[in-house]
Amino acid sequence: MTESIALLTIFVLAAFVGVEVISKVSSTLHTPLMSGANAIHGVILVGAIIVTGQADSALVVIVGLLAVVLATVNMVGGFVVTDRMLEMFRGPAARKKELHK
Amino acid sequence: MIATWAQIGYLVSAVCFIVALKALSSPRTARTGNLLGAAGAVLAVLITFVAYKPDHLVPILIALAIGAVGGVIGSRRVQMTHMPQLVALFNGVGGGAASLVALMELGEVHSGQTVAAIATAFTIVVGAISFSGSIVTFAKLQELMTTRPVTFPGLPVLFVAGILGGIALSGWLVSDPRVWVGVLLCLVGLGVGVMLVLPVGGADVPIVISLLNAFTGLTVAAGGYVLGNTLLLVAGTLVGAAGALLTKLMADAMGRSVFNILFGAVRGGSTLGAGTVSERPVISGGAQDVAILLAYAQRVIIVPGYGLAVAQAQHTLRELVEELQGRGVKVDYAIHPVAGRMPGHMNVLLAEAQVPYDQLREMDEINGDFKVTDVVLVVGANDVVNPAARTTPSAPIYGMPILNADEAQRVIFLKRSMRPGFAGIENELLYDPRTTLLFGDARDSLTKLLAAVKTV
Repeated sequence: MTESIALLTIFVLAAFVGVEVISKVSSTLHTPLMSGANAIHGVILVGAIIVTGQADSALVVIVGLLAVVLATVNMVGGFVVTDRMLEMFRGPAARKKELHK
Repeated sequence: MIATWAQIGYLVSAVCFIVALKALSSPRTARTGNLLGAAGAVLAVLITFVAYKPDHLVPILIALAIGAVGGVIGSRRVQMTHMPQLVALFNGVGGGAASLVALMELGEVHSGQTVAAIATAFTIVVGAISFSGSIVTFAKLQELMTTRPVTFPGLPVLFVAGILGGIALSGWLVSDPRVWVGVLLCLVGLGVGVMLVLPVGGADVPIVISLLNAFTGLTVAAGGYVLGNTLLLVAGTLVGAAGALLTKLMADAMGRSVFNILFGAVRGGSTLGAGTVSERPVISGGAQDVAILLAYAQRVIIVPGYGLAVAQAQHTLRELVEELQGRGVKVDYAIHPVAGRMPGHMNVLLAEAQVPYDQLREMDEINGDFKVTDVVLVVGANDVVNPAARTTPSAPIYGMPILNADEAQRVIFLKRSMRPGFAGIENELLYDPRTTLLFGDARDSLTKLLAAVKTV
């Protein structure tokens, strides 16, 4: 039971951190924010690897591998596409540097 | 329980994710933050392989490679105008993955482990809702299906039946965790997801993406609880809380409640107007007339909309602005928070055209300036400057904060036709005697304008 309480505590604290962190994001970056958050929940990949790695029956392994593929698409695609968007938001300084190149 | 070093490693990953989200508060730090988040994800996966020593290692690695290649190709090829549908799609596959993980975990849950069973049932059903809902969202944004709200007479009954069925099956699963009940629950979730998104109109779909994103986050958190994995718990909760807040912020920006957005069409009273075009006269002008207005103005505000992005006219617009600035005209871009197909989408599209983000002014910041502005140039936007949001309580957008373009001396609309915008309602501002319309594709019009301004 203590472990459940510990997990519950982590859950509640993480919820506060989530709200706190997001409330400071300007609307300029809402689209990258959504896709960045999206990439982060792709970490379900870790869960997919764990359960697939423990599976015994062929059917479960197949389902698990499907989950691994889907979660990887979510995670990798999410980070790459967020990077693509953010790369465009360069400050005036970076822009100037590029012009002088 | 896994080794302590692995737990600490997961903690490091979790901190990377938190910092990644935090870094998004400024465009200067955002990209570095995102890279750190990606590093955290890689670390988490490596730890998992070493700490859990999974069987079926080769098939798992192959599946990883397939997913990674798919993700990279999809995200490299997508056009910036199609960003919302890609985010929806990625969210959907994440939700699907969470649902499948919980289904597989069902074999490990025994009756008596009540909390774990509840969390498992939650992950299965909400993950499935997120998956199917996201796919419908994708179809709407990609215009594979109509963007109008879809309802049919039995929908509310069927929807409620789906929810009740889901609750009943979850209860069954908690008292007697059987896999086939879980599969049934997953199917019910898929159905509910479709019914949830079908009645939402195209303009409101982005809110749904954000909401489903939060759902997927919470399913990942619940999955973390079931697996006793703190990283999944923290990361999922972060995204869940962030997504919920973001959904609320967006709904506020549209002056609507989340409930109204989701169920407005179902409760009768369509979220779309009649979509008719009235025959009243408007003043339309040529590129030369408009160019003179712009070139001799002291202060110009540009209101860009999705029409601009679709015509791929951002670059031409930037050139026009630079030309005007060269002539001593003070020019700003006024960005409505929900311009584009997703909040913040317009900022991405303009950033792609290398418009410096410090020239983009947010609604609250610039709204007072319209009074002292000579010319407002509205490019492919309509709903975000529609005074009906202030004046017509019956309008679907009533209550939505808008850009006060109607307070400027002159208004110029670049439009393809008199067809109403995404919300499907007429804009009184178009018929105002101070308004000049320049009909045509935004890129053509802007190219002509640019040439004309150069000769003025």
